[in-house]
Amino acid sequence: MTRETIGGNICFTYIPSEKFKTGFFSAQMALPLTAEAAGRNALLVNVLSRGTARCPDIEALGRELDLLYGARLDPTVRKKGENQLFGFVASCVDDRFLGGEERLLEPLTALMGEMLCAPALEDGRLRSGYVAGERANLADLIRSTINDKRSYAARRLLEELCAGEPYGLSRLGTVRDVEAITAEDLDRHYRDVLPRARLELFYCGSAPQDRVREAFSAAFAALPRRGALEPVETLCHPLPEQCRTVTEEMDVAQGKLCIGYTTDSEDRMATRLMNSMFGGSATSKLFTNVREKLSLCYYAGSTYHRSKGIITVSAGIEQENYRKTLDEINRQLEAMASGRWEDWELEAARTSLLSGLRTMEDSAGALEDYAMNRAVTGAESLEELRTGLMEVTPERVRAAAAALRIDTIYFLKGKEAQ
Amino acid sequence: MRQQAYPRLGEKVSRRTLSNGLEVVVVEKPLYAKSYAFFAARYGGMDLRFRLGGQWQDTPAGIAHFLEHKMFDTETGSVSEAFAKNGAVDNAFTSAAMTAYFFQCTDKFYENLRLLLECVSIPYFTKESVDKEQGIIAQEIQETEDDPDWQVYEGLMECLYAVSPVRIPVAGSVESIRRITPQTLYDCHRAFYTPSNMILVCVGSMDPDQVAAEAEAILPKEGGEAIERDYGAGEGRAPARREKRRVMEVSSPMFLAGCKCRAQETGEGRLRQSIVGDLACDVLFGESSPLYTRLYEEGAVNSSLGGNFDQLPGAAYLYVGGEAKEPERVFEAIIRQARRLGEEGIGEAFYQQVRRAAYGRMIRSLNSFENIAVSMAEGNFQQFDYYRFPEIFDTITKGDVEAFLREEIVPDHAAISLILPAGGPAIG
Repeated sequence: MTRETIGGNICFTYIPSEKFKTGFFSAQMALPLTAEAAGRNALLVNVLSRGTARCPDIEALGRELDLLYGARLDPTVRKKGENQLFGFVASCVDDRFLGGEERLLEPLTALMGEMLCAPALEDGRLRSGYVAGERANLADLIRSTINDKRSYAARRLLEELCAGEPYGLSRLGTVRDVEAITAEDLDRHYRDVLPRARLELFYCGSAPQDRVREAFSAAFAALPRRGALEPVETLCHPLPEQCRTVTEEMDVAQGKLCIGYTTDSEDRMATRLMNSMFGGSATSKLFTNVREKLSLCYYAGSTYHRSKGIITVSAGIEQENYRKTLDEINRQLEAMASGRWEDWELEAARTSLLSGLRTMEDSAGALEDYAMNRAVTGAESLEELRTGLMEVTPERVRAAAAALRIDTIYFLKGKEAQ
Repeated sequence: MRQQAYPRLGEKVSRRTLSNGLEVVVVEKPLYAKSYAFFAARYGGMDLRFRLGGQWQDTPAGIAHFLEHKMFDTETGSVSEAFAKNGAVDNAFTSAAMTAYFFQCTDKFYENLRLLLECVSIPYFTKESVDKEQGIIAQEIQETEDDPDWQVYEGLMECLYAVSPVRIPVAGSVESIRRITPQTLYDCHRAFYTPSNMILVCVGSMDPDQVAAEAEAILPKEGGEAIERDYGAGEGRAPARREKRRVMEVSSPMFLAGCKCRAQETGEGRLRQSIVGDLACDVLFGESSPLYTRLYEEGAVNSSLGGNFDQLPGAAYLYVGGEAKEPERVFEAIIRQARRLGEEGIGEAFYQQVRRAAYGRMIRSLNSFENIAVSMAEGNFQQFDYYRFPEIFDTITKGDVEAFLREEIVPDHAAISLILPAGGPAIG
């Protein structure tokens, strides 16, 4: 994996690989996540995806992509630490499976460049019809997060846990903010943010680095570059004074219990391993005890938010098991902190994380996500992760568990529940 | 092992049928860090009524899925723990016509392979563990009851089919799984988990001969009796009902509509039909189709609109769905467009463009080891070689797709399932 600067605030990460049937491309604008701009950035990338000066509508774009053997070009909006990434990921079948002289890399990167630098315009501005259409779609999409109760509850916990911090914001903004954006606002925002935000480019595939660099350079030659809006460092969540509980009612059959813990430890490697043992796999404390032994829920797991210093737990439960499940989860955390686990649990978690690092290299999409994370949040290199995980001792795992403080509980419960 | 090269795909596959009837397939992927093994039975949610030893048996809905949950239990504990100690990630799924167990690892492949073969071939159920599993699966079923994507699909199956077990949810119901006992699980395991009813697919850089040797050493020497299955006779082309509505906590109306299509016999014709059906979806409502563009630009649909052509034993259907303010109007437009294209023909340039994209997508899907394994297993169960798709693709004409649209996508065979928001906007 190499990363180089190929223009004013434009970085290019290149990963050579012969194993995939496709080449994978990404072009992301990276900038701080703010309440003011989150919705605008999300709307902007969707409006840009509607058409370019050369392919001005989705039918023309669809034709272009079909002719590139079903190439994909999709808008993405992500949250990485307290930064927002928006742009396009693309992929196309490798030239060697086309049996001819066809080259797909250059036309596909060119189209990515047009998406960001040469959108479809009317009277020199972003098309108001596209803005109106995508504004309605984005507002619908944000509203639809309620459809998947598991992820809805997880997002609500983060909102409550990190209220007032950028990390508590949604990557898509709010319905209210999005609905208030006019075509003029968005056009102004586009012209303001495009020259300033950092551009992160990525490629993984069989083409040589020089060919890709040249193609990207040509594709983004028209990108204006003025000033520098750099990604920011993510601030750790402060320790809680006391635990807060938020309950919400909805007409659902299964309750969702989410718990946020804040860590008092700076030992990220040990916290990562501890989280894996606690709730990161099908052999974790939460899965085997809360689900398998006590049948309290269908799923129970935990996630480590490395850049923010928090761990979140999520479980789908019978409404009346709320107290029992909560107590059991805390009991399992206490078991982690007091060392009531066997050696194999630590070794299995370590082996599994190390194996996960190796298999990441088998997925271009996973590599892209990792590379973007590293580019904007300063995540450890793969080598640092490998050696760091090897060095974690049982004592450090216990200390990492003991450093967790319960911060916020979110419970989504059914209306009939008492 | 017999090795075959597929130059158009850049793939090499070794195959052998063991003396007990087990099909062993090894797909070479030398550059990858991971190795993958997939062990599947031709047994799924649809296989509720079958004849074994001359005797017809009726089993409770959800039994194949229940069995899948219990197979990772062994006399010495959960096999997941043993996989985890080797750094392997294991999982399983049950679909309408298949139950599959698989793992992925970067080390100790053969050790993990032995674990997989042993745990799936040696059943171990106790009253206590079955009772506990009923609690876990009841929670899983409850979660699907809150899942609109799941509910809208179940709704469509209930509409399209009157007798086929396709209409029964794979996981069964909280009531039906209560009737499952250790004995019913043992019976079904004995009937369906026989080498001749199973396939082992490995993907990675393993040695094909050693894979076959491991399977031979662990699995039974005898293949097992052929099983006759009853998928319900007399399922005509007309849907059981035209429409099903359900109110849920969702933000906007969702729909899944479909047409009941003629089921193909097994063999290569089935792979061909699956490609024709997918092409029909692309020309009708694919992202580059004129109809999709029009509906999207009107705001009638958003990017969630999508669909596919599915084939199951004795059943085939084309479905399309997503979020829409006026789902019926969207589906009517699709049916009308099918008739127009079927009668007036698909534009030649548009057809060539869509065909090229569909071919690229099939090549792309070979990035996924799981896709490869599932396709190999389906091909084996339905008697075709999935990797021959480039050659099959060459034989498909625009006329085939037009005929499909004309004959299969017609109002008489259509139904629609709707999920409406609780207290939300009225539906047009």
